[in-house]
Amino acid sequence: MSSALLWRKKTIGHPVKAEKRYPIIVVLTMAFLLAIFVVFCLADVIAPYDYRTQSLRQRLMPPVFLGGTNAHLLGTDELGRDILSRLLYAIRFSILVALGGTTIGALIGTILGFLAAHFRGFVEELIMMLADVQASLPFMLIALALIAAFGGSFVLFILIMGFYGWEVFARLTRGVVISAKEQGYATAMIALGAPPLYVYTRHILPNILSVLVVQFTLNFPQVILLETSLSFLGLGIRPPLTSLGQMLGAGRAYLTTAWWIAVLPGMVIFLTTMSISILGDWIRDQLDPTLRGTGS
Amino acid sequence: MSGRLLTTKAIRGVLTIWLIVTFTFIALNMSGDPIEALVGDQASPAVIAHYRQKFGLDRPLWEQYISYLGNIIRGDFGLSLSDQKPAIELVAAALPYTLRLGLVSFIGGLIVGLIFGIVAALNRNSSLDRFIMGFAVLGFSLPNFFLGILLILLFALHWRVLPSAGADSAWHIILPAITLGTHFAGIFARFVRSTMLEVLNKQYMIAARAKGAPHFRRVFWHALPNAAIPIITIVGLKLGDLVAGSIIVETVFGWPGVGRLLVGAITSRDFAVVQAILIMVAVTMVLTNFAVDFIYTLIDPRMRTAPQGGR
Repeated sequence: MSSALLWRKKTIGHPVKAEKRYPIIVVLTMAFLLAIFVVFCLADVIAPYDYRTQSLRQRLMPPVFLGGTNAHLLGTDELGRDILSRLLYAIRFSILVALGGTTIGALIGTILGFLAAHFRGFVEELIMMLADVQASLPFMLIALALIAAFGGSFVLFILIMGFYGWEVFARLTRGVVISAKEQGYATAMIALGAPPLYVYTRHILPNILSVLVVQFTLNFPQVILLETSLSFLGLGIRPPLTSLGQMLGAGRAYLTTAWWIAVLPGMVIFLTTMSISILGDWIRDQLDPTLRGTGS
Repeated sequence: MSGRLLTTKAIRGVLTIWLIVTFTFIALNMSGDPIEALVGDQASPAVIAHYRQKFGLDRPLWEQYISYLGNIIRGDFGLSLSDQKPAIELVAAALPYTLRLGLVSFIGGLIVGLIFGIVAALNRNSSLDRFIMGFAVLGFSLPNFFLGILLILLFALHWRVLPSAGADSAWHIILPAITLGTHFAGIFARFVRSTMLEVLNKQYMIAARAKGAPHFRRVFWHALPNAAIPIITIVGLKLGDLVAGSIIVETVFGWPGVGRLLVGAITSRDFAVVQAILIMVAVTMVLTNFAVDFIYTLIDPRMRTAPQGGR
């Protein structure tokens, strides 16, 4: 090994330059996610038009940077609807579905995990077997089968999204609850005669909440991707409602004449999932310095 | 793998498939009247009765369930409601296309991911490493439907060098395979890199270096086999992503495989085809998990005597 390489190896453990606390890319992703959150809260205030307002005289207008007018900053779609407004509302719907779905999944999974840890034996075996079944199939397929069987109403769609990832929460909760029950604070409460439900909700749950929150943030972008994929196929959010995937799917038909209809929502999905992924990596590196730079 | 562990896994696999078959049966019965979907609500009662008898829907539910299980075991998934052919025939006709696309993209993604991951790990924290990892993040953050549309826009509509839909020539596979493979290349590159970094820090690597083993031999003889177990695990896990990904990619590129067949069947509520695909994928996934467990024991002697492997 050359001396240059040896020198570099030495510097790995002891960086010469002081590390920057907020890399530029992390600041950018934070800003972007903040903007997405603001849009989610205030879509109806920011949007210049209603997302359903059609204007057939102004169909397929290009965005302002491709020679469009200031009246429609990002152009219009095949029915003359303002793309910027639709995009803002689509962000709101997509985030709403992902929030709803992830929350339902987390609730179901956490409750089942607690039940498994409480009853053990047959109940535990049954719940864990169901978790295995779900984990053995790609969820996309389960969701498609459910949509095929029960149709695609909005409420049902959110419920289906809620089935995603419950098994991860169930396994996680079961594991940490079983180990928490062995710890002093829980055995002390049980010995004092506290009812199990009280011990679980007031003492064990607060202690395992951080693990569950981390899992929630891991599931969230996956549910966004699942929703956008299904809506893209025309089997998720359907008109007159809109979502990022639905816009992208509908825009496919106009790729030759108005590519921005499909590309703009696609960019938003891409930037959102990438931002969450980059930010998540960075936060994990900060919390666990031993992993720094391994990207594991 | 010990005999006991093998039996447990086999029973779990069969149970999984049975649960999925039962689930499809329940879903089939709860999803409304398939006959009405077939003949419409204006049909005369005689016509409806005829089709009820033809599809065996006039018998009691448990009887239907038993014969349903029997049919599934024989590989009979019923007739496709839309064109009256056996569902299994439609799936069998589409399967070679899906396998071709899946294999090309998965193996391509695996090779690219392995090379990128190893190169990045050996040049840790260099600009090359950063470039590769940037590509990896890009690769798995780009949703496949969006990447597909971008590729169609650039290569098929703007430069007009590659076909965007169909499966008529060898050229047709390029864009869908890149779309599907990029995701895996990104995931594998990242995972291989972190696994390799972990292994490279182990003491046996220092020992190998101390005894004078050349760089190349250390990487491929000492490090890579030890990194193989987690890599094979993730490869096995990602096969599910391949199934989900091909549903989207086949639809985007009009590739006549199982994924596009599935989306079409759902849109037309052709549940015989849907259940045939669902059960086929379930069996495939269970067998894959089995195969992954078996490969462990082949490459890692420690697994053969371990009392409890797997999860």
